Amino acid sequence: MHDGPILQVENLRIEIPTRHRTLVAVDDVSFELARGEVLGVVGESGAGKSLTGAAIIGLLRPPGRIAGGRIWIDGKRVDNLSQAEMRKVRGRIAGAIFQDPMTSLNPLFTVGQQLVETIRTHLDMSRAEARARALSLLAEVGIPAPEQRLDQYPHQFSGGMRQRVVIALALCANPKLIIADEPTTALDVSIQAQIIALLKRLCHEHGTAVVLVTHDMGVIAETADRVAVMYTGRIAELGPVAEVVRAPRHPYTAGLMASIPAIGETRDRLYQIDGSMPRLTNIPQGCPFNPRCPAVFDRCRRERPETVDLGGHRVACWKHGEQEA
Amino acid sequence: MIRFIISRILQSIGVMLAVGLIAFALFTYVGDPVNNMLGPSASTDDRARLRTELGLDDPFLVQYARFIGRAVQGDFGLSYQYARPVIDIVAERLPATAELSLVAVFLALLVGIPMGIYAGIRPRSWLSKLFMSVSLIGVSLPTFFTGIVLIVLFAIVLRWLPPFGRGDVVMLGWWSTGLLSWSGLKSILLPSVTLSLFQMTLIMRLVRSEMLEIVRTDYIRFAQARGLTSRAIYFRHALKNTLVPVITITGLQMGSIIAFAVITETVFQWPGLGLLFIQALNFGDIPVMAAYLVFVSLMFVAINLFVDILYFVVDPRLRSGWT
Repeated sequence: MHDGPILQVENLRIEIPTRHRTLVAVDDVSFELARGEVLGVVGESGAGKSLTGAAIIGLLRPPGRIAGGRIWIDGKRVDNLSQAEMRKVRGRIAGAIFQDPMTSLNPLFTVGQQLVETIRTHLDMSRAEARARALSLLAEVGIPAPEQRLDQYPHQFSGGMRQRVVIALALCANPKLIIADEPTTALDVSIQAQIIALLKRLCHEHGTAVVLVTHDMGVIAETADRVAVMYTGRIAELGPVAEVVRAPRHPYTAGLMASIPAIGETRDRLYQIDGSMPRLTNIPQGCPFNPRCPAVFDRCRRERPETVDLGGHRVACWKHGEQEA
Repeated sequence: MIRFIISRILQSIGVMLAVGLIAFALFTYVGDPVNNMLGPSASTDDRARLRTELGLDDPFLVQYARFIGRAVQGDFGLSYQYARPVIDIVAERLPATAELSLVAVFLALLVGIPMGIYAGIRPRSWLSKLFMSVSLIGVSLPTFFTGIVLIVLFAIVLRWLPPFGRGDVVMLGWWSTGLLSWSGLKSILLPSVTLSLFQMTLIMRLVRSEMLEIVRTDYIRFAQARGLTSRAIYFRHALKNTLVPVITITGLQMGSIIAFAVITETVFQWPGLGLLFIQALNFGDIPVMAAYLVFVSLMFVAINLFVDILYFVVDPRLRSGWT
């Protein structure tokens, strides 16, 4: 068995061909994930965080495609696998949870049917054994009266309960990695905390590593070990959560942190970063953040910043260029 | 659910009463039965006597109620053309049409659904494009034309199949079936293919467009993320979700298959209800026409009721709303 990182992404590049030109939605994204680690990926809509997640488990929607770079899951190169080979990885080694629990489950099959079918796809079990496992999974994700719930249809569950079912489905075969794409965005705030706590607890117990894609910095701060901040398809900053939150190195991250109000603080206005993230068709030359950056200088407008490693904390910004490296 | 079915049955009865009114109006307003029965040389007294005997002097509503009352018991009177009870003639012809329609629907589903699934999963493959082009022909060619082309090709040029008729039939009680003899099976092939061609292409296109939509849904994506096999994803998860519209269309089309059967039966001289109806039209055989009308609407109504109930079987979300 391989005992290196559970996930390695190297120079990932995702392109979306359109009628006029090919858009680069994700560019030069690299990171590693240790076993059992939780990596938060934050960014605005269109920053490429969900695409990165989809690419890892081979579920990019066409016409999006991996145009460069390499991905290893559990030491196995997966970016060049056929759909049939990738299928054996999905569910068993790497699972996924999507944003909307209301639409993630097939409405025409009972929760039990969907669980049993997933379990039996991956594990060599009889129908009765699979049903028993389905029951214990439902209990584990905190669904009351699982015996009765097993034979109900998804529409008989509330949103939060459905997301619990989705998590149970993702955990069917005990995968070592879960890509959670905005798992709480579609839920009520009160339920969000429960689901995050559940995900955190289960992954800790099972030793499952998680790539948690979200735009909610609060969720990341609470859950993740490390965080990657994405902007226009690139990683702006990547480091341990505590460090990134306390002492952000990239002006974009600093802006994000400053725009979160702290409890007990009195402010007239929330801080905001001026302007908005450029569209993929319109990424400026040099550093993509330069038009909005408060610390911009000449070089930022000409050259794209290299990623600088400041001891386990990476940042792509000229401020931390040669003078420190 | 019971409440739903009862309300649908009541609606169906309403529809049938209305159809009965139209059928009944045929007797009253299309020609004069007394003239037909006595001929032009009968005396005025004879006419008046027969009128009273037949109850034609009674008020409209009474006559209508009498007609409905008899129709419910299967009594549509005597055929002008054959001088036999209409219901007997219909019962003789019914199996031919029923078998033809059912075989046609079965063929349409058997071929249309797999073609639709394939074209939906692989929209870019050349085979899907071929299906789509051929289906365009299927949708646009009139039934009588495809029927004649098939006869020329398979019956006259190749001499593989009989050009007309039903072949040998076997009696099962009062039901005559052509599906148990070799010549019967050979005979049903051409007309049922002709009849099913339109439905087949319709179902194929329907399944294809539903499939295209469903494979983009989140639950299919999540099913892929769970690592299910393509077979489970397409044939279990996706197919079941395409079924509701397919059931609706198939149900509605069953009705039009029976209606289109008039043309197909004429082209192939198939001894069914459609051919009977055409002959009745030519002869002015009103009781047969009325019975055909009532019978075809009864089929429509019954199939629709059946389809409504099928929805509950397929879609659990409907069940919980009505229990």
